[in-house]
Amino acid sequence: MTAMRSASRREFLRQCLTGAAALSTSQLAPAQQAAQTAKSTKSRVVVARDPMLRGTGSTVDAGRMQALLDRAMQALFNRGHSGESPLAAWRRLVGPGDRVGLKVNTLGGRGISSNLSLVEAICERLQQAGIKPGDIVVWDRDSDEMERAGFKLATGGDRVQCFGTDRADYEEDLSAYGSVGSRLSRILTRYTNVLINVPVLKDHDGAGVTIALKNMYGVIHNPNKYHPNGCDPYIADLNMLPEIRSRMKLVVCDATTAMYEGGPGFKPKHSWKADSLLVSQDPVALDSTGWQTIERKRAEMGLKTLEAEKRAPRYIATAADSEHRLGHCDPSRIAVVEG
Amino acid sequence: MKAKSVAIENLAGTSADPRSFDRRSFLKCALASGAALGTGKLAAPAAAVPMAATSALSGAATQSDAQFTFEARFYEKLPGRKIRCKLCPRECIVGDKERGYCGVRENRGGTYFTLVHSRVCAAHIDPIEKKPLFHYLPGTNAFSIATAGCNVNCKFCQNWDISQSRPEEIPADYISPHQAAAVAQQYNCPTIAYTYSEPVVFAEYLMDTADAGHAAGVRSIVVSNGYMQHDALEQAYGKMDAVKIDLKAFTESYYAKVVTGQLKPVLETLVTLRKMGKWTEIVYLVIPTLNDDETEFRGLAQWIKANLGPDVPLHFTQFHPEYLLKNLPITPVPTLERAKAIADAEGLHYVYIGNVPGHPSQNTYCPQCRKMLVERVGFTASKMLIRKDSTCPFCRHKIPGIWHA
Ligand code: SF4
Repeated sequence: MTAMRSASRREFLRQCLTGAAALSTSQLAPAQQAAQTAKSTKSRVVVARDPMLRGTGSTVDAGRMQALLDRAMQALFNRGHSGESPLAAWRRLVGPGDRVGLKVNTLGGRGISSNLSLVEAICERLQQAGIKPGDIVVWDRDSDEMERAGFKLATGGDRVQCFGTDRADYEEDLSAYGSVGSRLSRILTRYTNVLINVPVLKDHDGAGVTIALKNMYGVIHNPNKYHPNGCDPYIADLNMLPEIRSRMKLVVCDATTAMYEGGPGFKPKHSWKADSLLVSQDPVALDSTGWQTIERKRAEMGLKTLEAEKRAPRYIATAADSEHRLGHCDPSRIAVVEG
Repeated sequence: MKAKSVAIENLAGTSADPRSFDRRSFLKCALASGAALGTGKLAAPAAAVPMAATSALSGAATQSDAQFTFEARFYEKLPGRKIRCKLCPRECIVGDKERGYCGVRENRGGTYFTLVHSRVCAAHIDPIEKKPLFHYLPGTNAFSIATAGCNVNCKFCQNWDISQSRPEEIPADYISPHQAAAVAQQYNCPTIAYTYSEPVVFAEYLMDTADAGHAAGVRSIVVSNGYMQHDALEQAYGKMDAVKIDLKAFTESYYAKVVTGQLKPVLETLVTLRKMGKWTEIVYLVIPTLNDDETEFRGLAQWIKANLGPDVPLHFTQFHPEYLLKNLPITPVPTLERAKAIADAEGLHYVYIGNVPGHPSQNTYCPQCRKMLVERVGFTASKMLIRKDSTCPFCRHKIPGIWHA
């Protein structure tokens, strides 16, 4: 695909997510299911940065975001294949016929929600990998919240879909792992077979941090029931649900703007422009890495550690324990790669 | 948007799915009271209420979220735009844009709001026996209302579809306190009942509705888990005329594992209600293998007698598999009878068996002469012999309760 077509598609995507437009279907070769190499016992977490992500302004440059995402995906998937195009990475992940949900996080409004340019960049590559635009749904819990974060709702037609669970409802039946039962978003269960988790990187007053694993609170009808005890073991339990676990293929964490204190609501004075992405197929390793990023920033700002504040994110270790095995949190089992 | 199917708890007398009624079905199905109380006559037969007579409710309408959002009454502000909720013992510390455990209270910029004032997701006219309140205006109906939300998460909840949901997830209608009082009056309900989900979490609406009801001559009763802070209890339930508390077990471990709450504050609530002079009845749902130990029954009965006195009605009710406890069987009737026998032997005067249609232990007997004073069939008090002065017509023993309006 030429750069020009790519740019033009991006424009269409922007209209889809911020306005309204129809996209044509990309007819690309079937994708391989991407996975981390079976031989590796380490989980890879790519941290990709671009100090010039915003150019000289304050908003993220869409072209640079696409390039940053490409770099991150290549670093994650194309090891040993440095000559491959960024698209090869996506083709390892998805293929024609897949219905892909991007679970964004829009609780923080325009201040700190999943970045629109990042979402557009992912949608762009998904279509190039053969996913019909109408088979991509960008979603969160609440449509109004999504609009407040800058997303333009879109339902129906041959375009990327964008709406909240309030438009699709929750399943009638309960799904349960552990002590709490929940009704799952029908967007997850009925609209998608692949989940791409697109969280933000934030401090959280109860859980310690909120990144990939906690972003799944937006999938259920009763997240308030999962907050006691620093959300432990509730976050891990929730991610054990087969409907979530079997679908989650990738986490692309938006750390363009991040928060080291005062979360989860947006507090400008406690946020910083990290201008980076964290990408992994292991949500536990990604959360673990994100937590350390937040701790480094807290130290830089002269704040106590989360442990010292008695709100270390214990749920991360629970997610990695022998009961859950959702991924690795032991640093020796995580390979952090600069993308 | 219309209110969703309604669930009714403590289904004595039927195993039918309570969700088979919609919110307005009570208008068609409600039993008109009409019982000639104190005369021993049977209650009047059921009377359908014509839809044309529903003007008070037809004014109810779904409103925007703002309509239901009021600043909460029981909380304190903390630094960093956080708040600490002082309504129930959880004392949720809630950050900006977050909600408390109950899901119906939200911090917006450091101010805490209830999202469920006048946001009624379930409404029925029920016999008061269904609450169950057996010693309070028997044979009358209660205009019964609920909002979404609960401050615990009982694994056996029959109404989990409303109690464990956030308000925006459930169809609801706007029914102001004055409208609620008007509906109760219109349908000859001497009481408004706050029930189905957990009234603790809609305390502000309960308080305002109780005030509106009292101004219109309508009393208020509440069906609650009693998991509430002392000040809130005094202020909110201080406005109630009668209280039914679900004492879910008599061990902290059960409360931790099955209820996601604590026993101690509930016991404190019962003692406080006693000191406040509120008419109170207790329900204990007996769940096979979880809270059906004889020592637990005995400990419960001894505690009630020592702290509340022997005259507090205690209802042992039958469990039906629901929600997250579908794997357990219905409580065997002999288990309930054993529980009652233990409580009787410990000296409690009014121990009932509930949810078992036709069981003789759903009737009220005089503890002195043993004669039957109130006969109940299903949810209906079919015979009521207690005199206007609340005494047994046979031996003049005083029978505690509020028997006549
Ligand atoms: S009433 Fe709700 S918000 Fe308040 S402490 Fe209880 S559960 Fe938490």
